[in-house]
Amino acid sequence: MSASAEWTPPLIQDEIDALKDKPGALLPILHAIQDRVGFIPDAAVPIIAESLGLTRAEVHGVISFYHHFRTSRPGSHVVRICRAEACQAVGARALEAHAQASLEVDYHQTTRDQEITLEAVYCLGNCACGPSICVDDRVHGRVTPETFDRLVDDLRTAPLEVK
Amino acid sequence: MMVRVFVPRDTTALAMGADEVADRLRVEADARGLEVALTRNGSRGLAWLEPLIEVETDAGRMAYGPVAVEDVADLLDAGLLEGTTEHPLALGFTEAIPYLARQQRLTFARIGVTDPLSIADYLAHDGFRGLETALTLDTQTIVDEVKASGLRGRGGAAFPTGIKWQTVHDTPSDQKYIVCNADEGDSGTFADRLAMECDPYMLIEGMAIAGLAVGATQGYIYLRSEYPLAHRILDEAIERAEQAGYLGADIRGSGRRFDLEVRLGAGAYICGEETSLLESLEGKRGMVRYKPPLPAIVGLFGRPTVVNNVLSLAAIPYILAHGGQAYADYGMGRSRGTLALQLAGNVKRGGLVELAFGTTLRELMEDFGGGTFTERPLRAVQVGGPLCAYLPESQWDMPLDYETFASVGAGIGHGGVVMFDDTVDMAEQARFSMEFCAVESCGKCTPCRIGSTRGVEVIDRILANQDRDANLELLDELCETMEDGSLCAMGGMTPFPVKSVMTHFPDDLQR
Repeated sequence: MSASAEWTPPLIQDEIDALKDKPGALLPILHAIQDRVGFIPDAAVPIIAESLGLTRAEVHGVISFYHHFRTSRPGSHVVRICRAEACQAVGARALEAHAQASLEVDYHQTTRDQEITLEAVYCLGNCACGPSICVDDRVHGRVTPETFDRLVDDLRTAPLEVK
Repeated sequence: MMVRVFVPRDTTALAMGADEVADRLRVEADARGLEVALTRNGSRGLAWLEPLIEVETDAGRMAYGPVAVEDVADLLDAGLLEGTTEHPLALGFTEAIPYLARQQRLTFARIGVTDPLSIADYLAHDGFRGLETALTLDTQTIVDEVKASGLRGRGGAAFPTGIKWQTVHDTPSDQKYIVCNADEGDSGTFADRLAMECDPYMLIEGMAIAGLAVGATQGYIYLRSEYPLAHRILDEAIERAEQAGYLGADIRGSGRRFDLEVRLGAGAYICGEETSLLESLEGKRGMVRYKPPLPAIVGLFGRPTVVNNVLSLAAIPYILAHGGQAYADYGMGRSRGTLALQLAGNVKRGGLVELAFGTTLRELMEDFGGGTFTERPLRAVQVGGPLCAYLPESQWDMPLDYETFASVGAGIGHGGVVMFDDTVDMAEQARFSMEFCAVESCGKCTPCRIGSTRGVEVIDRILANQDRDANLELLDELCETMEDGSLCAMGGMTPFPVKSVMTHFPDDLQR
């Protein structure tokens, strides 16, 4: 389950203050915010910049450099499909085509019901048992189009966690 | 009578359902009034048998796999806890499984045997012996031992580890760093992950020894964000190692300090390049730096820094415990010690195979791998990750040795072996190499940033049969430009897989 807390400037500031004295603190801070909120809100950029003595451009530059960081709210679940060679060798190209067609989204998009965000990933380290996908933080191996559909159905029908 | 059962907990075992198997085992054992002591061990690295569960008997550990949730009740009824061999999933003694018995496991001797987080287990299996030895040696003697081992960087560049350490050792500074490159981004590789998830104290020990050797008091493990389980295990292991006095201000009462912290990457393949990694650790975009200066002299935060791959550092405890010569006794030519090969892709028996340098690719793919998963003929194999060549059958009898591979324009890289059957479209693979470079280029140098995008376009024109011969010539020239003009291996080596397709699989570009 992706984090989906409503964010406020003080919440962002708390995450920054807990980490800002570490050497090279920016990536740990961005991870902390994304883990907490689910994404890095645009309005967090000036707060981070101010706290670390960086320009907004520098902070934006770092966020946009890394594929992991996102700047808009994802769906309730993030499904990442491995596109790399070892998975290609056992059918990843067909699996990604199936996923995009069945979810009616391209990579980096969220389904209309806001349930699932589809992302590409280049290797999950499960290369002897591909094709691999990662649903939130859980890796699944030997995924076929049928098991993909079953996993997605389970996500859509799972009861919401009340936090 | 309480019987010990092992159910592994590495990413691959979990991906194949190990947690569900462990849960079912508890439930079914309870229902039968059987007493089971469940240990969540690491993986033995026999990925095709996962979840591979083991039962401890007086004669040794018996293996069963691959075990599905639905098999658990049946296994218990057949006498799992007595170590029965009368079941279709019974594999006999774990250590007699030929795939495992035929390996030379030095670095991976403990994986799957122990509970990854148990310091007692680690100590009972030779753990921290290297560190205890290092604490009795002067710094130069530690560096000399690493030099004597002949160990070369296992990340792919194969630079002699001892020489790198010597440079950092000899560069005076008020602060030095040990950085572990755990950004294992090459497709087809998972040996770093196995080391971290299944034997984290080995990496901690290797890094602490490196710190003692060069005079560094702070270490960072730069871990890719795609490995959340390794992250949790490493964090927990570091905390326990600190409590037990193997890390921190006063290592084992020696008065010497070494602190260690895990830092997460954020999904950028380029951050596996050491200077890009250092930029990222400093909190910046992962842009490649010019070399020189070398990181060993001007590294993290401008200070002398050892940047070593997980497997290089993981080899260190063995070298210090047994002596550099014991490690150097394995291998061939200038490639000393063992190589962690990872059989991946379209392979029947995928997993980790640690062997001395010198085995041929064919032995590895056939004797260990058992051919393809799809049971179709094997057509191509990519050894060494996305920046290395695709090898046709004529090259499968080469021994795995850095120099032999380099002599034919191929590489061993980080030891990934990705197999493809005869349905593979090699033109698509060449196109993907360029596409991947376009997605992952840091953008600092033009040949890589622009060349990769142009490469995709040129290959598309070739496949659409537009001026095919002229475009093939253009692709060749583009490859040459990228190879000669790029700042680092990303742009400089992306042409290797592309050119290997042009040379060895030309028909696929002529359809």
